[in-house]
Amino acid sequence: MINRRVLKVTGEIVLLIVSFLFLFGPMVSLFLWSIAEQWYWPSPLPQRVGLDYWKQALGLQKSFAIGAVSIVPAFFLSLTIALITVVVCMAIAIPAGYALAKYKIPFGGIILFLFLMPKAFPQQPVFVNLLQSFTRLRLAGSIPGVILVHILVGLVFGVWITNATFKSIPPELEEAARSVGANGFKTFLRITLPLAAPGLFSSAVFVFITSLDEFTGTFFIGLPFVHTLPLTLYSSSGYNMQFASVIAIILLIPSIFFMVLIQRILKAEYVGGMGG
Amino acid sequence: MSTLLLDHIDKYYGKTKAVDHLYLDVKEGELVTLLGPSGCGKTTTLRCVSGFLRPDKGDIYIGKRKVTDIPPEKRGIGLVFQNYALWPHMTVFQNLAFGLQLKKFQKKDIEQKVGEALATVKLEGMEERYPRQLSGGQQQRVALARALVLEPDILLLDEPLSNLDALLREQMRFEIAELQKRYGITTIYVTHDQTEAMVISDRIVVLNNGKIMQEGSPVDIYSKPANKFVAGFMGTTSFIEGSVQGNLGKYVQLQTNDGLFIYGIGEGFKEGDRASVVVRPENIGIIEKSSVSHEEDAKNIFKVSVLRASYVGEVIDYKFKVKNTILRAKGDAKRPLRSGDTVTVYLNPDELPIIRSD
Repeated sequence: MINRRVLKVTGEIVLLIVSFLFLFGPMVSLFLWSIAEQWYWPSPLPQRVGLDYWKQALGLQKSFAIGAVSIVPAFFLSLTIALITVVVCMAIAIPAGYALAKYKIPFGGIILFLFLMPKAFPQQPVFVNLLQSFTRLRLAGSIPGVILVHILVGLVFGVWITNATFKSIPPELEEAARSVGANGFKTFLRITLPLAAPGLFSSAVFVFITSLDEFTGTFFIGLPFVHTLPLTLYSSSGYNMQFASVIAIILLIPSIFFMVLIQRILKAEYVGGMGG
Repeated sequence: MSTLLLDHIDKYYGKTKAVDHLYLDVKEGELVTLLGPSGCGKTTTLRCVSGFLRPDKGDIYIGKRKVTDIPPEKRGIGLVFQNYALWPHMTVFQNLAFGLQLKKFQKKDIEQKVGEALATVKLEGMEERYPRQLSGGQQQRVALARALVLEPDILLLDEPLSNLDALLREQMRFEIAELQKRYGITTIYVTHDQTEAMVISDRIVVLNNGKIMQEGSPVDIYSKPANKFVAGFMGTTSFIEGSVQGNLGKYVQLQTNDGLFIYGIGEGFKEGDRASVVVRPENIGIIEKSSVSHEEDAKNIFKVSVLRASYVGEVIDYKFKVKNTILRAKGDAKRPLRSGDTVTVYLNPDELPIIRSD
């Protein structure tokens, strides 16, 4: 007789292992590739491991390998672009999201929809068209041009998430603040903003990660002069799996860091009481 | 503490008139209830007073101060909402202290005032709790304390008890009425619950379609309804329609279409006027079958058949039929009638208001 409980637990364990493989399998492979100094088929593991490629990628050691690049400048360029993109996006998204959520703006729905546009069409044609305009404006191949593209893409997350966040705050909470003597600005600062903070933060993180990861737009607008981390990954991946793996892992780090942070913040106690 | 005057205010939503030329004069320390069904304009009126809506016409005065164009935060009002609207990211203490801090009170004074306010709503020791750690009733008490701690000129309550369960609601009615009297704050109370209005109000203003249907003390509104809407809104009511035959002393005699004669109280009627008798369940006396005396003054005595009897605890709800008229009545559960029974009832004419049919 088969114990149903045993069967259930076994099933759960198998499911867990499979999901783990799906989630971490690629990462394990990336990690292995990044430390493989010699890895010939059909061996399941690298013949020689070491940190040579990490050192070369980080510019600590000179490299003569094909497709070798120093990723440090690319990393800092990507980071700078992402941070500027976040600041500009949020500066637009917070007032825009608030206004669209709280006031009756004519064609508000259409405005919100327009922010979705850059993501609503196949990316290549959108950016090929944009390249033509940017070339005329002398923005093609420049860092400001790339930042502008990232802002365009980031605003989708920025405006939609902030809008939803502000909408979820019951208007009575703000009205109650007005009734005890807070003017509009103080109400926003002391009531609305703290309540919206988790949502605004997640929105900023989405914008940040999107920018850090952005490829298509950067490819069309930025090349040949602007080399962000994803572009570096692309140009080295065809030749050198080790470099590509190192870059991929570095790209993953901020994403994982912020995802953990978001989860922490979204668990913040008062969110549970919202709308109650 | 202050008076409040709504001087003929109009408010439109698009083309619909939500508030129609409403005039309301509230005395110092008075508790006035705006009573009506949803969409009657009671909440719109309240939002005009609180300053979140601006009347399209007319002015609002708090004391001698015209506040029509003054923002909510400068009106000196206290607000209590149906969903409590406590700030979830602040503790009970912070919720109460926020307004005091904005008014630049000293830290010591704030602590004292918050402590006193919490004591009046019986929530001592809850300072450090967050709203979500409180029950609905406690949350509404905090909301009340938050409004009272600032000693506002006018207290505005928007269906404050509608989210609470029936038992708690009944208890809180008395508490609110008592607090209001103790603080002596001029208060506007909005509700759709006529029992609630009866319990707490000095004066009830019945609204429908943005217009005042009637205003007066709870007793007046209940016993002398001005029209069918008010009579119907104040509880289970049957109407007997007919035309006025004449006056008999203080009574008015009415003849229904199917030939019944009925007497009630009314003023200013003349022969031929169309009118209705307002019959409340408690005004229908069931006469024991054995004790019927047909020789008795036959005024307002009718033979009715029982259409339906529903047991609801201490009483039985009846539906009686006399000719083509249906009457809702109540009877003692210890002496139940069954549907199909025939019984004699007496309607005391002194308790039957007659109103004009519109």
